[in-house]
Amino acid sequence: MNISEKGFEAIKDLLYKMADDQLIIGHRNSEWTGLGPVLEEDIAFSSMAQDKLGHSQALYDVLSQMGEGDPDTIAFMRNAEQFHCCHLVEYPIGEYEFSLMRHFFFDNAELLRFEMLADSSFEPLSFIAKKIKGEIKYHSMHADIWISQLGSASEESKIRMQNALNETFPLALGVFEKGIFEDVLKSEGIFEGEDVLKERWMSAVSQIIEKAGLKLPEVNSITPSLGGRRGKHTEYLQPLLDEMTEVFRIDPSAEW
Amino acid sequence: MYGNAYIDPDQTPNKLTQDEDPARLAEFEARIEGGDKIEPKDWMPKEYRKQLIRMIEQHAHSEIIGALPEGTWITRAPGFRRKLALMAKVQDEVGHAQLLYSAAETLGKSREEMINDLISGKSKYSNVFNYPAETWADTAIISWLIDAGAIVNQLANSKGSYGPYCRALERICVEESFHLKYGHDNVVFLATGTKTQREMVQDALIRWWKPVMHFFGPSDNISVHTKTLMKWKVKMASNDEMRQTFLNMYVPKIWDLGLVIPDPNLKKNESTGLWEYTEPDWEEFKRVINGDGPCNKERLAVRKYAEEKGRWVRKALLRKDAEYVTPLV
Repeated sequence: MNISEKGFEAIKDLLYKMADDQLIIGHRNSEWTGLGPVLEEDIAFSSMAQDKLGHSQALYDVLSQMGEGDPDTIAFMRNAEQFHCCHLVEYPIGEYEFSLMRHFFFDNAELLRFEMLADSSFEPLSFIAKKIKGEIKYHSMHADIWISQLGSASEESKIRMQNALNETFPLALGVFEKGIFEDVLKSEGIFEGEDVLKERWMSAVSQIIEKAGLKLPEVNSITPSLGGRRGKHTEYLQPLLDEMTEVFRIDPSAEW
Repeated sequence: MYGNAYIDPDQTPNKLTQDEDPARLAEFEARIEGGDKIEPKDWMPKEYRKQLIRMIEQHAHSEIIGALPEGTWITRAPGFRRKLALMAKVQDEVGHAQLLYSAAETLGKSREEMINDLISGKSKYSNVFNYPAETWADTAIISWLIDAGAIVNQLANSKGSYGPYCRALERICVEESFHLKYGHDNVVFLATGTKTQREMVQDALIRWWKPVMHFFGPSDNISVHTKTLMKWKVKMASNDEMRQTFLNMYVPKIWDLGLVIPDPNLKKNESTGLWEYTEPDWEEFKRVINGDGPCNKERLAVRKYAEEKGRWVRKALLRKDAEYVTPLV
């Protein structure tokens, strides 16, 4: 299928939001380095963080080929309002159950998203998606196992996990916030759209949540945390970016 | 990454082998002499077990505490390449801790006990991690020179007598050699970069030279005690020998980059082949190892915070019918 000029604008918007999500969640997950509840989890979060960073880099690379800046400049030189990540990825790591629940909701959505994108009419994206979905499969497996384990392990773990679920669910719904080009993405076969993704995601996560003995809130009763896709962010994003770019901005033209 | 185990000089030598069956002891020593590795279920003198637990445990603690000063720079690493490399590097260090705790567990002390002893201050870790990584350049110097020092020590110890520790060290050394390459590459970029970058890395070298010289520990007190540990291949080289090896390999490389080492007396004596240097301040070394360094409190507080914060997860994972199983290494 031929992609129109508008289609390319839509692809850029889609790539930015996905790459920004991956970069920011990778950055957050890396904050567990040295602090995990068991050494093995420390190592697991670090592995996933490295994958996420690699995914964001690969997506920024496609943007570079479409005429945007190089990945380092895109990632390290924009302000918060120029980012299109969702609110879910922006929050500080918090307690382990928060990070785990975020990881569960996010990676199940990402697995399905990249599975859908593997059929995209935009070949560079479908090529990357095929590779990335193979890696994310292990991320979602990791999350699913932990949710199942901790959802019913002890009274304390059950309460913690349910509270984390209640806290993260409105944020997780913000993953599916539509961008301004949603219709173009669908009509040109680039991406089937956020509604389809959300429906598949609900079906996937609700099964695991139920098996874990936890309860998903009634989705219609929840107000999703929206705005991220249009540059409106939580108070946490700009400080994260300030920290992330602290050294890079000493001299952006220098080779580090 | 790790320097050398700190051996208590006050321990009397005859304690090492008292109460041991002389025939078994002779057989044990003959095996080591012949190059055999001692395995977890083999007979070993009590003191051999004790010294090894202490040494491997200190090494494991050093890895996990060593992840902290560099770990704080993951979120600030400039650019994808450095960010990814530093994440992988620090992750390796945590992986080394996991490997080493397992090796120590084969001698009969559980990981939980060891970590509790770390937090309570009962067991030690490498002194260098009680110094702060003030700038990005400090992480470059640590990755290059501290990891280089660790390789000198660990290569020596990988030829030791205890099988699980040697096997862990062999694997660790391969990973550390990547860290060294990463650290060197990072230092080269800074040392050949802009004026600001060159100043950053020179300042970091000045800050880190003292910990680097402290890294291998003070000159050994060549007591009967040390000789026995060397005979048992628990200790493989003297602190001074390792310091000399390190200086010989790395001082020329540092000078090649145009960096200045803050010791006017540092030079190689061509007739002896040995490096001469200003004697490091061993009083400071002792003060820091005993808790009074710039970051001791902070490092232990972070570790304690992580342990306490994660306790519910570990408790939740424990099944009622679970039994403790020593890992196979």
